[in-house]
This record gives sequence, structure tokens and C-alpha cells, in this order.
Amino acid sequence: MTPVRQSPTLASRLRPSDVLRVGASGPRARKMRTALSALGVSIGIAAMVGVLGLSESSKSALLDEISALGTNLLTVESGVGIGGGDGSFPEEALAAINRIEAVEIASAIYDVDASVLKNEFVPNGQTRGLGVVAASQSLLDTLNGSIDEGSWLNNATSTYPAVVLGSVAAERLGISTLTQPTYVYIGEQYVEVVGTLEEFPLSADLDRSAIMGQPAAEEFFESDPAPATIFARVENGTIDANRALIPATADPENPEEITVSRPSDALEAQAAADDALTTLFLGLGAVALLVGGIGIANVMVIAVIERRGEIGLRRALGATRAHIRRQFLTEAVILSALGGAVGVALGIGATYLYSSLQGWRVIIPSTAAAGGFLAALFIGAAAGLYPAMRAARLAPTEALRA
Amino acid sequence: MSRAAALEMRNVVKEYPGFPPVRALDDVSVRIDHGELIAVVGPSGSGKSTLLNVMGTLDRPTSGVVSIDGNDTATLSDKQVAGVRARRIGFVFQQFFLLDGMSAIDNVANGLIYQGVGLNERRERSAETLKRVGLGHRLTHPPSHMSGGERQRVAVARALVHEPAFVLADEPTGNLDSKSTGAVMDLIAGLHEEGTTIAVITHDTKIAASLPRQVTVFDGRIESDTALQSSYT
Ligand SMILES: Nc1ncnc2c1ncn2[C@@H]1O[C@H](COP(=O)(O)OP(=O)(O)OP(=O)(O)O)[C@@H](O)[C@H]1O
Ligand SMILES: [Mg+2]
Repeated sequence: MTPVRQSPTLASRLRPSDVLRVGASGPRARKMRTALSALGVSIGIAAMVGVLGLSESSKSALLDEISALGTNLLTVESGVGIGGGDGSFPEEALAAINRIEAVEIASAIYDVDASVLKNEFVPNGQTRGLGVVAASQSLLDTLNGSIDEGSWLNNATSTYPAVVLGSVAAERLGISTLTQPTYVYIGEQYVEVVGTLEEFPLSADLDRSAIMGQPAAEEFFESDPAPATIFARVENGTIDANRALIPATADPENPEEITVSRPSDALEAQAAADDALTTLFLGLGAVALLVGGIGIANVMVIAVIERRGEIGLRRALGATRAHIRRQFLTEAVILSALGGAVGVALGIGATYLYSSLQGWRVIIPSTAAAGGFLAALFIGAAAGLYPAMRAARLAPTEALRA
Repeated sequence: MSRAAALEMRNVVKEYPGFPPVRALDDVSVRIDHGELIAVVGPSGSGKSTLLNVMGTLDRPTSGVVSIDGNDTATLSDKQVAGVRARRIGFVFQQFFLLDGMSAIDNVANGLIYQGVGLNERRERSAETLKRVGLGHRLTHPPSHMSGGERQRVAVARALVHEPAFVLADEPTGNLDSKSTGAVMDLIAGLHEEGTTIAVITHDTKIAASLPRQVTVFDGRIESDTALQSSYT
């Protein structure tokens, strides 16, 4: 006779490790369904992590650019105004601006009526979007530009036909090195290339230009003696004061024609626009995540209906209602955790790939990744709650009547 | 005898709600002593499964008392009743109810999981029990790759692995051929010899006749019980 060893009132008990094992048994037995239901969540998480990662990376790239450019640079331009002026600076505008005390350094570029070609055999007009400008020697310092190869214009090279090429101009003219004396064809003559430049921060126009000294431009080409654009770097903290002061200084007769802008503002505006876009995509990711969560809830409801027999069996084997509820809740969380893990990996991968292609510093969004994974767990728990409660409510005999 | 009955039902009524409600058990009283092996017989729809489920705490009676080892199950919480099933009772069903996603040994080990037995001990004891039912060579097979007879032996192993005091079997041979039926009934006879208290629902009159006691259910009532040496017609 089997001895009565245990009191019948000993409660049933499921170890925590077995909660996990039991919860994993369903997804493990139905791999295809597991993959598909995790997919929805993973798309949502990947979108959110990717968007956050890309926005952080692109923002850090923008901030790098802003700090390279400096926030104390002002651009001064002249346009046709209602005052009936001619829309150009007076010739002495640059000198006047330079006399303002808070202006650390200022320089100007001047339009040159000529095009730059690789050689005389290129038909005139095929400028490839390149232009020719003249500049004061201080331009490079004013704009924080830097030399790629060769040298910037000096006292000598400013006065005879010689140019420095912007980065894009050099590339389009097929000039990759200056080890040999190199010439381009400007106007009706060959002009020596004495240097090439790195990309300017936020001055794409100059990147596409051949830049010569202002004295040389006046002597050898048809150049406007009045500046086209003036750049001024001012002391920090005097930006607003200078913005107000510069128009009257540059053009006392028609100050209303003068506009003063701050290039770093454009970058900051871009950063703000990126933020808005990020919010939009983040919202789309959240919607995808929600849809993924609904997918999991759907799959779990089906699982509970399909697996009534298993539920009844487990109750017969001693599972309490709470054990059944925990099993299906765990199952839902496992599905969403799988989706979350895959989504985080995809999001980081996308960030890495796109940022490196853009040449940005890759910033792995660790907060976004952790947050995304937690969000997935939360979604899974929420999605599993109702199906798990239904499973737990099922009477054992009802479940066994398969 | 002063000792409490292994299983006892007193004036048990079970009604399923509906229009009109179905009275599946109508004032049933039955007492099963420790170590008994009984056959529950009766026509389809007479209430045999209901009797077994109420007896095994899978269902609560509408009225009346069900006690196990002298404990009134009505006084136990869901957790405690589940504990009774986990430790004291082994169920065998006609449809086996094996989980296809896991091996035979893990199916059997499910019989120990709700007692809080650790994984290694579960597997060890399950392997032993599978050997005992003659499936030592099929430990890692999934049930879907097994014959009906083998599947039912896995299910029997699952019902036995925790060494229950009671085994309740609802038509365990209903889906089996005669050879497999013999194997399963031999296992039940072996358990009976070891002292386990067993109730088997069967439609097979030969099997019923071979067991020490027969309880016949008709229309929700106990029509005859060979232990009472009486019958009403
Ligand atoms: N959940 C339920 N709801 C309503 N009626 C039910 C329910 N379960 C069983 N019944 C009814 O209760 C009666 C007894 O059913 P039970 O399953 O106990 O019969 P049985 O003797 O096991 O029959 P079988 O030999 O066919 O398995 C039947 O009339 C059945 O229709
Ligand atoms: Mg039945």
C-alpha cells in the first residue's frame, strides 16, 4: 500500500526557472509562428532605435560642423532694396566693416566674370557648375578654411594669375595632386593652381569656386571692384550689436539693402528640423510597435484557443490558475523580447551602416536600445495579459473536452 | 475500519448550466478504499467522465461532499486543490494529451513540474518511469513519432512519475488496439499490486469484468456497485 507521505493540503508550486521553461515551450514548439509574431515588434523597435541613433549621429555631425564654423561668423550681403540703390556694396564697405572695433577679422569675395575650364579645348559654357571669384587674403582665416594641398594666396600669388581651387572645383576639374605644376583655363589664359582647399563648413559656393587674389582679378580679368559678399568674425557676445551696426557701416546711403546673417543659425535650424523629423519617425515606429504588440496579442489569443488541451492537461497535472496565467504571460513576453532583441540589433546595424556611409561619427543609441528593449517587454506583457487571463479562467474539464 | 476512505463522494450532484440544465450526476454516493481497483462502466452520456473529474478535483460538485483521504475538498483553495492533483493524483486520458513540441521524457517530466521538483531529478525519475512502461528506448522521441500504444504508455508514465496515491483513467484504452490495450492494462494491474488506488472508466466489458469491482453509472446515478452486492434495475 502506498504510504500517505504528504498532506493533501500542500500547495502546488512552480519554480521560477520552470516558469521560464514552461513559457518557452510554446514558442519553441512553433518556431515559424514565433518568428512571425516577433517580427512585428522587431520592426517597430528597429525603426525607433534606428531613428534615434541616426538623429543622434546626424546631430553630432551638425554640432561638429557648427563648432568648426564658429557661431561668431556673420555673412553680409547686399540686395536690391526698396530704397532704389543698385544692390551692391560701396567699394569701401570691407574697409569700413574692418574698422568696427568688435570685428576681429573680415574679408570679402568679389565676382569675376570668367569661367574656369580644364583646358582651352573644353567648349566655353561647360562650366560644370563652377565659378571664379576673387578674395582678400584674409578669407581663409575668416572662414576657418583649411588647405588640402599647396598653399593659400599670399602677397605674391595674389597679384598674378594664380588660383586656389575649392574642394569640389578641384575634383570636377580632375585635379587630384599638385606635385606637377598644374594649370586651369580661365578667361583666355592658363592660370596656375597654387593650392587646393578642404571643404568649407557651410560654404558650398566657395567649394565650387576657383579663388584668385583680388589684385590679380582687377588686373587680369573683368572683376567687380565692389565686394559680392563680406564675411566678418566678431567678438563673442557682440553678435546682436554688430548685426545692427553693420548695415549702416557697410552702406551708409542704403543700409536697408544690407542683410546680415549668421550661417550657424542655418545649421541650428537644420538641427531643429531634424528633431521634428525624428519625432515624426519615432511616432511611426511607435505605431509599428503597437501593431506588433497587437499581433502578439492576436497570436496569443489563438494559442490559448488552440492549446486548450494543454491547459487542461497542465491543470490536471497540478497547475494552478496562476501558473497557467504566468505561462502565457511569459510566452508573450518571450515573443516580444525576441522581437525587441532583433529590433535593437537591426536598429543599431542601420545606424552604424548609414552613419558610416554619411561619414558621421557613429553614435550607438544605448539609451534608445535599452529603452526599446524595455518597451518591447512592456508591450509583450500588455499583449499577453488578456490571453493569459483567459487561459487561466478556463475550467480544467472544459479545457480537456477537446 | 477507522481509517478514512481513499476517495469518497456523498450525495454529489453535478449540474451543467443550460436550458434546461443537465444533471450529469444525480445524488451519487460512492466510497473507494485504499488499494482498490475499480471499473466505472455505463452507457455513453451516463456521467462517467463527470464522476471521475469531480472525484479527481478537476471539477467541483454543485452540491454534496467529495473527500480525499478524509479531507473535504470544498475546504481547499484552488492552490491547494492543485497541490492535491500535483502530488496525490495521476490522470490518464483517452486522447493522451501529450505535448508534441517536447520529447517523451519531457512530457513525463511535466508530471513533476508542479511539485517544484528540479529539472535533473525530473528527468531522472521520468527516464526510470519510461523504462518501467517499456519505453526506455524512446526517451528522446517526440510523441508525434510514436504509435498510439506507445503514446498512451508515455501518458501512463506521466501519470505515475510522481508516485500518486490515486490513478484516475478515463477510457485509457479507448484509442488502442488489443495488443496495446493489454500492455496498458498490465501496467494498471502492476500498479494495483503495489497498492495504488485506481479507477478506470472503460467501455470494454471484458476489461471491466476482469477488475475486482465494477461501478455502473446510468443517467447520472450509480446503478450498481459490486462492492455493495446489490443492483437496481
Ligand atoms: N460542460 C458540459 N456542459 C453541459 N453538459 C455537459 C457538459 N459535460 C457533460 N455534459 C453532459 O453531461 C452528461 C454526462 O457526460 P459525461 O461526459 O460525464 O458522460 P460519459 O459517461 O463520460 O460519456 P462517454 O462514455 O460518451 O464519455 C452528458 O449528457 C453530457 O452531454
Ligand atoms: Mg466520458
